[in-house]
Amino acid sequence: MTDLSLGGFPLDLLALQLVTGIALGAIYVLVGIGLSLIFGLMNVVNFAHGAFFMVGAYVGVFLYGYTGSFWLSLVAAPLAMGLLGLAVERVLVRPLYGRGIDDPLLLTFGLSYCMVESVRIAFGLTGLPFGAPPDLRGAVDLGIGYFPLYRLFLIAFSLTVVGALWLFIERTSFGLVIRAGARDPQIVQVLGIEISKVWLAVFGLGCALAGLAGILAAPLQGVTPEMGIPVLAEAFVVTVVGGMGSLAGAVLAGLLVGIVVAMTSLVAPDMTKMAIFALMALVLLVRPRGLLGRAGALG
Amino acid sequence: MSAPVPGHALAQGTPLAAPRPGSGRTGRWLALASRHRVALTLAFLVVFPWVAPYQALAVNILVLGLYALGFNLLFGYTGLLSFGHAAFLGGGAYGCGIAIVHYGLHPVLALVAGTLLATFIAAAMGVLAIRTRGIYFAMTTLALSMCVYYAFYRAEAFTGGENGLRGINVPVLTLPGFLLDLLDPVVKYYAVLAVVGGAVWLFSRLLSSPFGAALKAIRENEGRAQACGYDVRRMKLVAFVISGALCGLAGALQAIHLSIVPIETMHYATSGQAVMMALLGGMGTFFGPFIGAATFSLLQDGLSTLTSHWQLFVGAIFIAFVLFLPLGIWGEVLARLRRAGW
Repeated sequence: MTDLSLGGFPLDLLALQLVTGIALGAIYVLVGIGLSLIFGLMNVVNFAHGAFFMVGAYVGVFLYGYTGSFWLSLVAAPLAMGLLGLAVERVLVRPLYGRGIDDPLLLTFGLSYCMVESVRIAFGLTGLPFGAPPDLRGAVDLGIGYFPLYRLFLIAFSLTVVGALWLFIERTSFGLVIRAGARDPQIVQVLGIEISKVWLAVFGLGCALAGLAGILAAPLQGVTPEMGIPVLAEAFVVTVVGGMGSLAGAVLAGLLVGIVVAMTSLVAPDMTKMAIFALMALVLLVRPRGLLGRAGALG
Repeated sequence: MSAPVPGHALAQGTPLAAPRPGSGRTGRWLALASRHRVALTLAFLVVFPWVAPYQALAVNILVLGLYALGFNLLFGYTGLLSFGHAAFLGGGAYGCGIAIVHYGLHPVLALVAGTLLATFIAAAMGVLAIRTRGIYFAMTTLALSMCVYYAFYRAEAFTGGENGLRGINVPVLTLPGFLLDLLDPVVKYYAVLAVVGGAVWLFSRLLSSPFGAALKAIRENEGRAQACGYDVRRMKLVAFVISGALCGLAGALQAIHLSIVPIETMHYATSGQAVMMALLGGMGTFFGPFIGAATFSLLQDGLSTLTSHWQLFVGAIFIAFVLFLPLGIWGEVLARLRRAGW
């Protein structure tokens, strides 16, 4: 295998970076879909989305330390963030419907301060180290080289979640209500469906996805109170690149961003952080509505 | 696909459109004050250091007030919410600092250099961000400013990277005919005020010009402004760049004031600070940004002596303002005076 190469890099190294990129992309997909769901239905940009990601990771890591079960963390972190999301929508965001579109954004921005600072109070400023759980450590041979097991697991697990989510939205009656609500909430209300309950549920679902992404990302990087800030910016890039309100766009853009990051870190490590923003700038110049966005959505 | 449906109103009955400052009927006294807004603002700022807890804080508030003022041109008057203004404050600060540290420029020229760098960054970011609308604008400006942050973080030879840019020492300002001892906080305050005052005057002229009126028209109804024949996209870009230049000037002043440019100047949190100050003070009001800057600084100063977790309280106070006092302090004062028929 090592005799094959492309652009000076051996193919197995490129394949490894590709897997790394897709694993990173899977995180972006989960975060981006949560953001996109909330936005597409409610016109609310959740600026605390990165904070939900971070708190989800902390909840998961904390529970793992107590119970030793990563699977439990994987269920509990999204559950906790979903419940927190429900409370936030009900108590803080709901009074703002009918006001300017900036108001929920500003409120969730303030909320993210409170969440980050609360985590600092509870867990300290420096963050916690966290590695892959023992069952998922090590590497497996896929025939073209060895790949870290956890990253493969992360990809498979995220794909399953995204697939389930797609089925939920496209094939269930509640999914139909969500899609109808994104189109025209007034008609949905007239048809006798209490749209505010749908909004509540979707806000919770979006936050749960952020929490799930957080605990899935934790073994890759450890957890710090500030880990949500770059993720928020990257999730915005995903939604702008993919096209706002398009779930397929979020999946495509998330994977694309992940792969671009991984490949840049191989070719030009200094440029890694900037590459995704360059990608966004390019998309804005060439196709401002995003890859799969609808015409006119961006003006 | 049609534009996003404004359907949320039905959850709460009638839409509660916040009354825009300045749109109500203005009484005689308020009209008089509005005509002399520059003089009144400057009068307040001249007296301010003698009521502030200490003078270094007064300089901070002055600089942050200019930062919030520049931000408010875009947020309050044009209706564009940017989460990327730290790139301009930081661009101005680094431009000024680099001019002094690496090229030994005269501080006044360094102020110009900083403002120019910020203007350039604003133009580059603006061209991209203006292509998006509404909420996308906030997300795009945030992402682009993160890109600028990483670029400056990486350019360690010029910016000092993580350690920040150090050694911007301007103890004495040499001007033709006289010397200013900037180590004296009172002298420093009034030297900074001379620059800020000029910017405030320019800002007021800009608002009362036809261009300023067009910006407010875009804020109220973009489609209608376009139908009236305004080149909305270009006007937004020009507003974006001017806003960036004002924030850049604030950054340049801050670099000289603090004699260091920490990398945090460019961070997302600094962008958020502009949003907070503008909202606390009152978006779309002339004097609000200075009230907002003073409130924010005094809160930060007061709370940080009590607890290292002051951001928790700042966040909570901000949430309370969004929920219960969306007009901000100064906006609420004006609204009450207006209702009382002043």
